[in-house]
Amino acid sequence: MLADKDRIFTNLYGTEDFGLKAARARGDWDGTKDLLAKGRDWIVDEVKASGLRGRGGAGFPAGVKWSFMPKESDGRPSYLVVNADEGEPGTCKDRDMLRHDPHKLVEGCLVAGFSMNAVAAYIYIRGEFFREAEALQAAIDQAYEAGLIGKDSCGSGYAFDVFLHRGAGAYICGEEMALIESLEGKKGQPRLKPPFPAGSGVWGCPTTVNNVETIAVAPTILRRGGAWFAGFGRENNTGTKVFCISGHVNAPCNVEEEMSIPLKELIETHAGGVRGGWDNLLAVIPGGSSTPMIPKSVCDTVLMDFDALKEAKSGLGTAAVIVMDKSTDLVRAIARLSKFYMHESCGQCTPCREGTGWMWRVMERMATGEADVEEIDLLLDVTYQVDGHTICALGDGAAWPIQGLIRHFRPELEERLLADKLAPQKAAE
Amino acid sequence: MTDNAFNFDADNKALTKTVIAKYPKGRQASAVLPLLDLAQRQNDGWLSRPAMDHVAEVLDMAPIRVYEVATFYSMYNLKPVGKHHVQVCTTTPCWLRGSDEVLDACKKRLGIEPGETTADGNFTLDEVECLAACVNAPMIQIADDYYEDLDAQSVTQILDDLAAGKTPTPGPQVKRQTSAPVTGAKTLIEGA
Repeated sequence: MLADKDRIFTNLYGTEDFGLKAARARGDWDGTKDLLAKGRDWIVDEVKASGLRGRGGAGFPAGVKWSFMPKESDGRPSYLVVNADEGEPGTCKDRDMLRHDPHKLVEGCLVAGFSMNAVAAYIYIRGEFFREAEALQAAIDQAYEAGLIGKDSCGSGYAFDVFLHRGAGAYICGEEMALIESLEGKKGQPRLKPPFPAGSGVWGCPTTVNNVETIAVAPTILRRGGAWFAGFGRENNTGTKVFCISGHVNAPCNVEEEMSIPLKELIETHAGGVRGGWDNLLAVIPGGSSTPMIPKSVCDTVLMDFDALKEAKSGLGTAAVIVMDKSTDLVRAIARLSKFYMHESCGQCTPCREGTGWMWRVMERMATGEADVEEIDLLLDVTYQVDGHTICALGDGAAWPIQGLIRHFRPELEERLLADKLAPQKAAE
Repeated sequence: MTDNAFNFDADNKALTKTVIAKYPKGRQASAVLPLLDLAQRQNDGWLSRPAMDHVAEVLDMAPIRVYEVATFYSMYNLKPVGKHHVQVCTTTPCWLRGSDEVLDACKKRLGIEPGETTADGNFTLDEVECLAACVNAPMIQIADDYYEDLDAQSVTQILDDLAAGKTPTPGPQVKRQTSAPVTGAKTLIEGA
């Protein structure tokens, strides 16, 4: 188990005050001016050395992403945009950082923004997180008042602003291009890439969009060294990570652990184990709703990191572990996700707008037993027509949970549909 | 409630200036989300057409651009809602932990179906998608607060309290420190 001294989010559960004084006592804003004095390249190199991969789901190396930003301005300002539009079902880690440790994020905005020569950070927080936005705004105000950000951030001579922007209820705005559109005051419909945000993002200016956790861990990485962070987890899968464990466990929780921790150890050490014991486990959705489920046989040994879960034909995603025990109607569980994606499709691309509706309707037919066995292949075919054929990854996210269900539980699905077909016959006999 | 004329009151008018100042000059359209939120709060929880038109005027936007936004995002109510807007999350992580029971309890206590408002205008009930509090499932949102770790009994108590004009305490409704395990934190205890 990760030692407490190696945990970054030491106020994850909000046992202490989130404000500046308490945050400073926890080590935030310690020597920030000295970090900035080491220069942009040093910050980017240190983050590269840490191996930090984006914590929002895609896992792109953070330092590499920051290095894409223009070194010199062509007259346009550069911006850092923080994605706090947390909403991938199963995921609730950013919420704790925003309400209990907001100074880590504000300080992270400054060091990351400085490294990419940004004039300001815009933090896009989901609209429903009203109390979280209150805490974060209070932290931003405290940082301005103490001269940590603003015209002369930390006395470094660097001018940097941090602004909070509240969303209004749309899962799609967690997609970086939709988020940028929304920040510009439009419907959250993703833009085609290229141009990539580092070339032309918000208001046509160079922009980097990062998840809350990615930015919030940066100051600690710089203070303790990239090598310290890289010492946790496996190669290419380094660092500490906040996991969310929900569903059929005895004690659902958020917890910061070492990357690459075995899934079984994570659940048994921190979440009180599976309800009814490990052998009562049916399947786990390991990285938020978009990642395909894995059956117990895979859960027995799989490690919680990017590469191990990719190998298991799933993904680490947001590291939101949704546990389902043997009492679960998996078809219902996935049908409900299909409804979610149908509701959240922005309607821009035809395969997704129409496909999410088709997938949900067939999943409902399967849940109620109306569907024929042949519809399993029909459904699978629809998922392949959506997957990879849309501007953003929402279509993929809608297709993958169904593909995961069919990949691992096809015999059970067939049996169920046949049983439903035979039941009226048997009753008639 | 009628479709009366709408203007920001003095406090909100001052606030709109602060909000608009967050964005670069000429990019005031970026303030449309926060301004619609302000307008909705001033207008008893919903956006009338005059309210949307007023926001368009303040931001120098074509009204259609504001309607597009108002109809896209789920937090904008385009028709009147009850005094207490009860939003029950039923997405899979909440469903696995009994959101059906919570929703049924709400329906029973309020005597309405999702999408409906009680005759006295006190409560509107809605089923919503994931609110990102999954380790505290099942949960609901009312106004700006989350009520977490619910069951039929605790959610009924919350609705009873609201009906009686009381203010129930938000957060977990079981003995638990925010998102820490209900059995007590196993981490962040060294030196405590």
